Amino acid sequence: MIDCCIYDAVRTPRGRGKPDGALHEITALELATQTLRAIRERNALNTTRVDDVVLGCVDPVGEAGADIARIAVLNADYADSVSGVQINRFCASGLEAVNMAAAQIMAGQSQMTIGGGVESMSRVGMGASGGAWPIDPAIALKSYFTPQGVSADLIATLDGFSRDDVDAYAVESQRRAANAWDNGYFNKSVVPVKDILGQTLLERDEHMRPDATMQSLAALNPSFSQMGEFAGFDAVAIQRYPQVEKINHVHHAGNSSGIVDGASAVLLATREAGDAAGLKPRARVRAFASIGSEPAIMLTGPGLVAEKVLTRAGMKTNDIDLYELNEAFASVVLRFKCLLDIPDEKINVNGGAIAMGHPLGATGAMLLGTLLDEIERRDVETGMVLLCVGAGMGTATIIERV
Amino acid sequence: MELTNFKWDVDADGIATIAWDSPGRSMNVLTAGTIADLRKVGEQLATDSALKGLVITSAKANGFCAGAALDEMEVTASGRRSTSREDAAVARFKGVMQFHRVLRRLETCGKPVAAAINGLALGGGFEVTLACHYRVVGDVSKLQLGLPEAKVGVLPGGGGTQRLPRLIGAMPALQLMLKGETVDPQRALALGMIQATAPLNEVVARAKEWIKSSKEPKQPWDKSDFHIPGGGPYSKSGTQMFMVGNAMLRKQSYGNYPAQRYIMSCVYEGLLLPIDAACRVEARYFSKLLGEPESRNMIRSLFLSLQELGKGARRPKGEPKTEVKMLGVLGAGVMGAGIAYVAALAGIDVVLIDTTSEKAEAGRGMAAGMVDRQIAKGRSTEQKKQELLARIHPAMDFAALAPANLVIEAVFEDRAVKAEATEKAEAVIKPQAIFGSNTSTLPITGLAEASTRPENFIGIHFFSPVDRMGLVEIILGQKTSPRALATAIDFVSQIRKTPIVVNDSRGFYTSRCFGTYTREGMAMLAEGIHPAMIENVGRMAGMPMGPLEVMDSVGVDTALRITRQTREELGRDGKDPSENLLTWLVEKSGRPGRKTGKGFYDYDAKGKRLRLWPDLIELHKTWRTDPDVDGMKARFLSIQALEAARCFEEKVITDPRDADIGAILGWGFAPFTGGPISYIDTVGTAAFAARCEKFAKNHGERFVPNRLLREMAAAGETFYARFAPAKQAA
Repeated sequence: MIDCCIYDAVRTPRGRGKPDGALHEITALELATQTLRAIRERNALNTTRVDDVVLGCVDPVGEAGADIARIAVLNADYADSVSGVQINRFCASGLEAVNMAAAQIMAGQSQMTIGGGVESMSRVGMGASGGAWPIDPAIALKSYFTPQGVSADLIATLDGFSRDDVDAYAVESQRRAANAWDNGYFNKSVVPVKDILGQTLLERDEHMRPDATMQSLAALNPSFSQMGEFAGFDAVAIQRYPQVEKINHVHHAGNSSGIVDGASAVLLATREAGDAAGLKPRARVRAFASIGSEPAIMLTGPGLVAEKVLTRAGMKTNDIDLYELNEAFASVVLRFKCLLDIPDEKINVNGGAIAMGHPLGATGAMLLGTLLDEIERRDVETGMVLLCVGAGMGTATIIERV
Repeated sequence: MELTNFKWDVDADGIATIAWDSPGRSMNVLTAGTIADLRKVGEQLATDSALKGLVITSAKANGFCAGAALDEMEVTASGRRSTSREDAAVARFKGVMQFHRVLRRLETCGKPVAAAINGLALGGGFEVTLACHYRVVGDVSKLQLGLPEAKVGVLPGGGGTQRLPRLIGAMPALQLMLKGETVDPQRALALGMIQATAPLNEVVARAKEWIKSSKEPKQPWDKSDFHIPGGGPYSKSGTQMFMVGNAMLRKQSYGNYPAQRYIMSCVYEGLLLPIDAACRVEARYFSKLLGEPESRNMIRSLFLSLQELGKGARRPKGEPKTEVKMLGVLGAGVMGAGIAYVAALAGIDVVLIDTTSEKAEAGRGMAAGMVDRQIAKGRSTEQKKQELLARIHPAMDFAALAPANLVIEAVFEDRAVKAEATEKAEAVIKPQAIFGSNTSTLPITGLAEASTRPENFIGIHFFSPVDRMGLVEIILGQKTSPRALATAIDFVSQIRKTPIVVNDSRGFYTSRCFGTYTREGMAMLAEGIHPAMIENVGRMAGMPMGPLEVMDSVGVDTALRITRQTREELGRDGKDPSENLLTWLVEKSGRPGRKTGKGFYDYDAKGKRLRLWPDLIELHKTWRTDPDVDGMKARFLSIQALEAARCFEEKVITDPRDADIGAILGWGFAPFTGGPISYIDTVGTAAFAARCEKFAKNHGERFVPNRLLREMAAAGETFYARFAPAKQAA
């Protein structure tokens, strides 16, 4: 198999996903465009060398619809020869885009590709693309459709994570993210978003609450108890997991991933193509995988996909120096840590989506960049990025330095 | 024009009227013949230029149309043996599409069609009116309109799932159809189901007026600017509604009721389509549904058998019809007061006897409380309450019983007390008067020994709360006469409840079978299965409560007493793990049940269930959560059904309808199965017996199939065939 090397990774800072967010007045197209432009400029890239651009986007409708990847290629003034494709694996779309872009290279069908993602949650809106799963009775009833937040609370209930457990995790995520920003750990990859006059609109993640404490989080009401108790979803979840007497609703805005806007891009190539472009490889994609898992609890994919990708790479959990697991909800990370016995100091060392937000389609590639920077900074060798995924899936990628 | 099911008439204005009059039936029903007539009418209307419009009304005084002929439908649903299930479904689809074409022809013929609804219009009957351009309804509050199909496991298959939501919006239409709720004319008007109400005898005239004023008769959904009221499935409100609707449906039905699931799908898929394609979607779901065992069993039990038993199917032939004018009730406790209430509600005078006049008065007071609850719900009035209470005569002197032709004792469950009540009553009542005992456990033959007229002695077992439970279990003693049985059945019909007839035995039929459910729950607990899982899976199996919650409400102490008594009778030692658990709960932990707020659950002061008792959960460090859920469901239903099969062998019960209806109405046995005997027949006696053998090996000899079941399994017989009830004309 041909080695797929990673040459560069960029991401926008994450803007609060609301009308008062700093990136609200920037179109989804422009967000994607600025990361593609950054890839070209930082690497002095002749874009005719690029075969394909794969971008993840979870709600690809309206301004984000109709293959935003190709449209962003055009808007970023890449060569006309560069194709673009938009893909959707819900929350793992950004990582899946990298995996698919890498797969083209590993299979010998492309020489240089870009994987990444974009999501303007403030402009397009979560759920804007509709979808049959919760709505069509044929599948909703059969698969015990449960909204993610209730699923996250179900995980906490089954695994016995208390409100204090999940809040403590959230406080630590904020602390780590603030520490990473303060020490410049993200500087290598974050490209400020600018307006057409060249003014910087955002240069730092906007969603963070570094002053969060156990006390301040304790004041927040659970976000999913209404939906669970009054809209019937607790009952649905319990019918799927009848050993549960009552769902313990522990998640809230402070220990769940934030709604934000952002985009990301990762430059991949064969060694030969990278050499020809005068680039120096930073790491290679060692293995990747996706899995399906029980859809009602939905968010238990990480453990399963980690197992699968480790087996594929012929590795053990100890062979991985650092993990980046998307902080969709605190219970997802706590469960994964317990299940694979991962120590705190090896996972999400610079915080995650609870502190900085989760721009759905872009997050996966953002996490890959964060991980790459951190294994370089610590001078360690390997890392795994993984995400839980809607409808019961998981996606993971192992990278190692070259 | 010559029609079989309608009277045809054309007036001077050229407006045709068809008056529905199903031949040979007391009530109009929708049959294949009706549909053929409607096709002819549609053709005539479309092609005869002299005709200006059409009014559809009823020639029968008791209603417009009660719906599709479910007896015809059950035959169709059972399918012919020679055809496969798939072929049968396709044949049904083709058949129902003919009905759709007839209705579409009526509503698109270009001439105005009005329904003059002069009586109840339900199911297929109401669907015919939905295909009319105009509906005017007699303004009588008793008159009911709607689509109640889901109640008997069917879906509205005549376009109802398409026209109703297009008329009033998906949300209100689904709420009505999923529950099978019907409405009175005023509510129908408010919801937009009909255009007008009028005095009953003016509806035809009003319909004709509308026809004369009608310019362009077109259904809303046939107009180019049509929008679904409230929006379609992918509108903002639609997504919310379907998402929550799907969850609520699963919450309430546990996924056990295909009719409800298919109704949701019909509305969801149909509203994304134009009407003709939408009707095809509905026709497919309808045709598939009638092949589902749930639908077949629910039609048979909850419609046909219920109706047959209610009409006295088990009444001995040749006994003259009786009517109770004066009922004597002995014992003014909760049961006695309840019996007095339901009798007085049916217009019967009641002498309510107890040992003191205070106790007798208190019984009447309880009846007053029952009316008050009805008044609070808007189902009764202060005046009706006074009339009802005036029919209840509290007394302490047995002499007041003299005029009664039926006396029911509801005194303390003790042989001696009951014997004394029997003797005292028989001393004053007429020799031909019937004496009923409302015992739930004591064998009737034994109680009848206290009677000098055992042929007049019969068990009449009411269920608690009497005012809400629709079943009465009639128990025949060895010497009970057919006349006593006829009187008891006539009385039960008079108070509008459903009788089943069983033979004498300890626990009779209902109490005996029901006990197996809670005992199975205890056995699971003893196996170390998580209590929450036992409770949830009990409900998921279709039972109204988890077995532990049932035990709390019956009394854990009672359960312990019965367990000990049974064990002693069987001569076993005391090492049964279920008994140990009960002993621990009652005697060591002081938790006798809901009555003290403490049982398997904790309850608040009002008796509301709060949580499983935390110390119970603490009992094991790890509970089992690995058992297969479907296997647990099968255990719960099978142990009850097996007991019903044993009752057949012992001739405690002789008619499958009694077994099925008694189970559903008496103790809430999973209604979607059609009852425990339908359940065995659906699984198949051979497969059921094999399953029981397997359970016996894994869980205990209580599952060993009885001789009758093994015999039937070997012969491939079903209960409904071997014990086929004599069919009567509906």
